[in-house]
Amino acid sequence: MEASTVLRLKGLTKRFGPILANDDITIELQKGEVLALLGENGAGKTTLMNMLFGHYLPDSGNIEIKRTDDNLVPLELGDPSAALAAGIGMVHQHFTLAENITAFENITLGAESLFSLRRNQKKAQTKIKSIMSHSGLDAPLDIPVGKLSVGERQRVEILKALYRDAHILVLDEPTAVLTPQEADSLFSNLRRMTNQGLSVIFITHKMREVLSFSDRLVVLRDGKNVGSMKTSDASEKKIARLMVGSETQKVSSKRIKPGGPILSLNEISVAGQSKRDSLHEVNLILNSNEILGIAGISGNGQNVLADLISGLVAPDRGSIVLKGVAIENISPFNMIKSGFGRIPEDRHRQGIVGGLSVSENMIIERLDDPQIQNFGFLRSSVINKNAKTLSEKYDVRGPGIDQASRLLSGGNIQKLILARVFEKQPEIILANQPTRGLDMGAASEVQKHLIEARDRGGGVILISEDLDEILGLADRIVVMRDGKLHDAISNSREDIGLMMAGDST
Amino acid sequence: MIDILNILLTDSFWAASLRIATPLIFGVLGALICERSGTLNLGIEGIFVVGAMCGWMATWLGAGLWGGIIVAFICGAFFGLIHAVLTVPLGLSQHVSGLGITLFATSVSYFTYRTALPDVASPPRIEPFQPLDIPVLSDLPFVGLVLFQQTALTWLALLMVVLVWYVLNRTNLGLAIKAVGDNPNSVDAQGLSVYAIRMWAIVIGSALMALGGAFLTMSAFDAFFFGMVNGRGWVCIALVIFASWRPGKALIGALLFGAFDALQVRLQTEMGAFVPGQVFLMAPYVLSIVALVIAARSADYPRALLTPWFKGQR
Repeated sequence: MEASTVLRLKGLTKRFGPILANDDITIELQKGEVLALLGENGAGKTTLMNMLFGHYLPDSGNIEIKRTDDNLVPLELGDPSAALAAGIGMVHQHFTLAENITAFENITLGAESLFSLRRNQKKAQTKIKSIMSHSGLDAPLDIPVGKLSVGERQRVEILKALYRDAHILVLDEPTAVLTPQEADSLFSNLRRMTNQGLSVIFITHKMREVLSFSDRLVVLRDGKNVGSMKTSDASEKKIARLMVGSETQKVSSKRIKPGGPILSLNEISVAGQSKRDSLHEVNLILNSNEILGIAGISGNGQNVLADLISGLVAPDRGSIVLKGVAIENISPFNMIKSGFGRIPEDRHRQGIVGGLSVSENMIIERLDDPQIQNFGFLRSSVINKNAKTLSEKYDVRGPGIDQASRLLSGGNIQKLILARVFEKQPEIILANQPTRGLDMGAASEVQKHLIEARDRGGGVILISEDLDEILGLADRIVVMRDGKLHDAISNSREDIGLMMAGDST
Repeated sequence: MIDILNILLTDSFWAASLRIATPLIFGVLGALICERSGTLNLGIEGIFVVGAMCGWMATWLGAGLWGGIIVAFICGAFFGLIHAVLTVPLGLSQHVSGLGITLFATSVSYFTYRTALPDVASPPRIEPFQPLDIPVLSDLPFVGLVLFQQTALTWLALLMVVLVWYVLNRTNLGLAIKAVGDNPNSVDAQGLSVYAIRMWAIVIGSALMALGGAFLTMSAFDAFFFGMVNGRGWVCIALVIFASWRPGKALIGALLFGAFDALQVRLQTEMGAFVPGQVFLMAPYVLSIVALVIAARSADYPRALLTPWFKGQR
């Protein structure tokens, strides 16, 4: 196919207060190509796409888009309906679907006048059916979206864009919620569509996807376009250097010999309200000097397992045995007392108390410690000194230790939690999605701490959706699906992916 | 037991149930539209008072009955607009704003009434809506007797149930209202205005609430009294949950409440000798709480209810 430019972003700049989110970014998109947009968190990828889609108004710069034949015409900025009309479709990371209406209704919503007395369903149905058969995207149309799987919802999102005659599709972190196999099928469908003339921009920080599915890539750092190249000329090293500005060492753990079992869950069952929060006869053994990786698609019971190990949920059946002794009275307090450290998934809501200061959050799990309080009165000098030492040791940066902890960035909140957990040298560490949403630097910091804890003799349970992280760190891998744990049959990405999806035989 | 059966078999009981239910039908439909779009409207109690006062006063001043209804509709819409501005683009607490509207609307109504009529001991009366005689329907055996006693406003309320159901389930507008109450981003991403849809839903919903108030002074009675709304607005807020935000169930809920209320009046005369009257007065409210407890446990709240949405923040 002859290359022709369908979209040109010229000199886009956007400031949020003192922060320069996008600095003079220029990007061109060719017809029928897959362009990967890479960058760390906070590099400005999402800001850029939100300007393209009209959610934000750029401070300067303009956007040109191909409408008819070969003419690039300027796009009206700051108006989502103009972007829609010009044929830009955006698939957000958080789906923009109403769950109480059907996929069909979501797709056609807003395509017709709100004030027509009847809905013209037949024509819409025919059009959607033809888009589905051309693109290979398939989803049930007539049941409420709330009942669809994540993969199906994503396909509905894409169908929604195509229904509005999008010829440029923007996907924000499309594979974050998919199994490797689902991701593969998404990309093969996208390829089929680009062959029919669609152009795709996808935002990601997963190197593997960029290298295997994109035609060209653009790297953003600190709001600037720091490099674009053909994917065939790129390598993982080259991209990483562009993304962080220097070459970083990928954290990988040297395997060491695990010790004896320190924690075992025996035949644990929890009857939750739905599939997402139930466990069925789960058996798990954690050894000292071991990182146990729990892989799985989110919503398969990982959170209830994490809650169980944190003492937030008591099992209906089964026992938790710590170094040969069954734990009675399962409660968060008892679990912390017995030597558990927890790094929760939702660090903002479960990891810290946002309104309390950084120094208060650092001692929040040891309020019964006489060093911290005398007859219920907090010893603020000790607490502040503790916070100062830990902030330095764990590199927690923010407006100050006496300021509310919610003012910290996500990475620094995670470091605060690490400081609190690791300082107690817990024997068992539960890390639930510890690096999600962190940039590369902060993520590798977290991973280093987990490895240190293991080398010190601790046992680490690592729950993660990021298969690469599990493959890189874990000494042993189990897969969680439908509230059950299965030992991984091998450490290959394909096998584990299949087990996550439920195709294991 | 026989007494209750006897009561249930009289046409006057059913006619009274429907009459008592009428303002609630308007109120529940109004609250339902607001909540389906994602906004709780606790201004309902005050908007009832506004509707009752404005509709009656306009008629008394010579606007005619339907003129009064139009005035009530517009005044309700106006107070709805205040709530809409405060809660949608400004995103303030829906509870605080709603309660504020109720206090404000009630006081303004009383103030206006007192200013216009400083010296009257008994409120002036208007000629209210009369029962409507519809040729074929009124001739039906039992149903005819029940329906024959209703005024045009009751018919309007029943028509509104059908209309609201149709709009919510058969039109693009209804789709947008349901979607904006579940996930406003879904509407925004399709290029529709979240603010416009939510604000219009609140304005129209509030206007319907005011019609419920107007029914009290223009059909059920013929004058305006202080305290005449008497918690009907709050009952509607409970009935919306009972109805799971569905117009058809809203009608059933309102009728049930009407029936309880009609029944208690009749039981008072039958059994007033042994049981204090207050027990009967209490009964409909107690029963609506019980019904609510049963229904609300499985209630499927609009997911974005009470959550303000701001453009550009996601």
